[in-house]
Amino acid sequence: MSDTTDNGQVLTTQDGKPLKAALRRALRREKLRAFLLIAPLLIFVLITFVAPIVDMLFRSVENSIVADTLPKTVIELNKWDSSSGEAPGEEVYAALYDDMLIAVDLKTHTRLGSRLNYEQSGISSLFRKTGRRIKRMDEDGPFKDQFIGADKKWGEVETWQVLQQFSPRYTDGYFLNAFDAQRGPEGIEMKPENEQIYMFLFGRTLFLSIVITLSCLLLGYPIAFLLASLPLRTSNLLMILVLLPFWTSLLVRTSAWKVLLQQQGVINDFLVWTRLIDDAGRLVMINNQTGTIIAMTHILLPFMILPLYSVMKTISPSYVRAAKSLGANDWTAFWRVYFPQSVPGIGAGAILVFILSIGYYITPELVGGTSGIFISNRIAYHISSSLNWGLAASLGTLLLVAVLVLFVVYDKIVGIDNVKLG
Amino acid sequence: MSALPPYASPLQRTWFYSFRIICGLIFFFLIFPILVILPLSFNAQDFFTFTKEMLSFDPAGYSFKHYNDFFTNPDWQQALVNSVLIAPVATLLATAFGTIAAVGLSQSHVPYKPAIMAILISPMIVPLIISAAGMYFFYSRIGLQGTYWGVVLAHAALGTPFVIITVTATLVGFDRSLVRASASLGANPVTTFFKVQMPLIVPGVVSGALFAFITSFDEVVVVLFLGSAGQKTLPWQMFTGLREQISPTILAVASLMVAISIALLTVLELLRRRSERLRGLTPG
Repeated sequence: MSDTTDNGQVLTTQDGKPLKAALRRALRREKLRAFLLIAPLLIFVLITFVAPIVDMLFRSVENSIVADTLPKTVIELNKWDSSSGEAPGEEVYAALYDDMLIAVDLKTHTRLGSRLNYEQSGISSLFRKTGRRIKRMDEDGPFKDQFIGADKKWGEVETWQVLQQFSPRYTDGYFLNAFDAQRGPEGIEMKPENEQIYMFLFGRTLFLSIVITLSCLLLGYPIAFLLASLPLRTSNLLMILVLLPFWTSLLVRTSAWKVLLQQQGVINDFLVWTRLIDDAGRLVMINNQTGTIIAMTHILLPFMILPLYSVMKTISPSYVRAAKSLGANDWTAFWRVYFPQSVPGIGAGAILVFILSIGYYITPELVGGTSGIFISNRIAYHISSSLNWGLAASLGTLLLVAVLVLFVVYDKIVGIDNVKLG
Repeated sequence: MSALPPYASPLQRTWFYSFRIICGLIFFFLIFPILVILPLSFNAQDFFTFTKEMLSFDPAGYSFKHYNDFFTNPDWQQALVNSVLIAPVATLLATAFGTIAAVGLSQSHVPYKPAIMAILISPMIVPLIISAAGMYFFYSRIGLQGTYWGVVLAHAALGTPFVIITVTATLVGFDRSLVRASASLGANPVTTFFKVQMPLIVPGVVSGALFAFITSFDEVVVVLFLGSAGQKTLPWQMFTGLREQISPTILAVASLMVAISIALLTVLELLRRRSERLRGLTPG
């Protein structure tokens, strides 16, 4: 676009400013106005939501507790060669004495003990015991013998190795733990078979999510197909049957399944009444994987039906008619013409259901027993019961990464702007 | 598929009816668990299944005692009060912030729009357990953990993506020349917003608000971690009730909540029809 007229004059607005500059100013003002409208929510979400997530990511590697509680010891311990096979020298114990005196006053030594106990059991009681003895120790030393006298663990190389290993302010220890690995004498190694739980739980979460997604697809496809092919008035009416569960509280649906699936519940009573099973052979359908799969399929089914339906609505029936007029039978017309056009809906629905199910917590907790729980239940356990927040954070980070990867795929297939509700 | 043609072969006929039966069974699977708790909530016994009296429609088998318990038990009443105190405030915050931001996002020149959109939508994508964990860590640092405002802010953050999505969807069909017309007639931007833009996007705002409300009203994971005993909401009370000792009062509460969802669904359906009518589409 040229901003000069034929005779070389610069185009201006009525009040004499160059047109280009005026346009640029107007555009800048428009951008600023749009941004000012968005800013309140952006700041709100950044503070109330994004900051917590970043905090969690930070916590999964943060480990300043050793360096904060025992600052002098950490400095002295850096000089110690852990492969020497001998406990460190007197100066380390002297530093430990100074640090412990302060720590006992602030009562931080028990916290450090329980933190290090995640890495090696027994350290918690070691710190507690030493904390009680520290005041009675001779201030002039020698400290090494006094500490070993208080607890002979202070003379063991392993104790000092753990302390040295966790003295840096950042650690990959939680992540190693989340991957069922540990740092052995020869570097990173897998934990013994019987202690590997997290990879197994991640595997089970993935497996159950896939099963739930597939059963949602199996049940959702016919329904979406029916709804898309019926006249609008009928399909709107039937749509209520899909939307009512969608709008009903998650806990209501979970309690309904708890009522239905119990051994003394409605389904078992019905089966006994029809003599399909006898009273002694009541089916165990709750507090195991079956319970989780049934309840979660029911809860997530609307999330499969709605995207499938919105895609199938756009498939013109004339394609199938054309296929049939060219000699295709019903099955060929469906499989070769209709089905390929509904694949985007399958992709959208399946990824949505999968993303939702992989992070589910409430339903597995209530109907999953021990064999039907997900990784999220373990995260909750570490936050509220075992108080190993770092491990909870690193497990959460892994789950978050998995979900975000899936979401990018979803965005590529469906587009973030095309999310439809209700 | 909508109707069986008169020339259909026996095989087609069989498939047509068996397909309908299959769909009927799936609909049954969808709706039965919700419907079954309604009669069970009137059980005169503390059982979770139909008693003999109930099956023979004997009035003695039915009673309001579980509803009675809900309305007299202080625990449930406190939970109800807490839910009613938290959800509307969270909805108000989410709707106000979300609507203004959606208007901003619909302008034609927004710098970094995809990145902003990703941040604003993120509370809906991140699994609740992760949001809850992060919020628990962060809110304990800043002293909001276990407070009323901590829960309200968290719920508002979780509700905003729904408002953004619904309001943005209504703004897509919004004719921007109306704003220019209003401005040319001398209205300032605030007047234009409330007198011209707002009435047209109100269905989106209301349905977004309903989504935000149900998100907060139904939310249990975040409140479990962020709340203290003083913020025990209805879903929290149901959750502990289901996990520890399952009492039939839960069925009465569940039935009442189904009634609330039916009301919400009706409002949304009416809104949908209104907006279709406004856009010149005939409602189905």
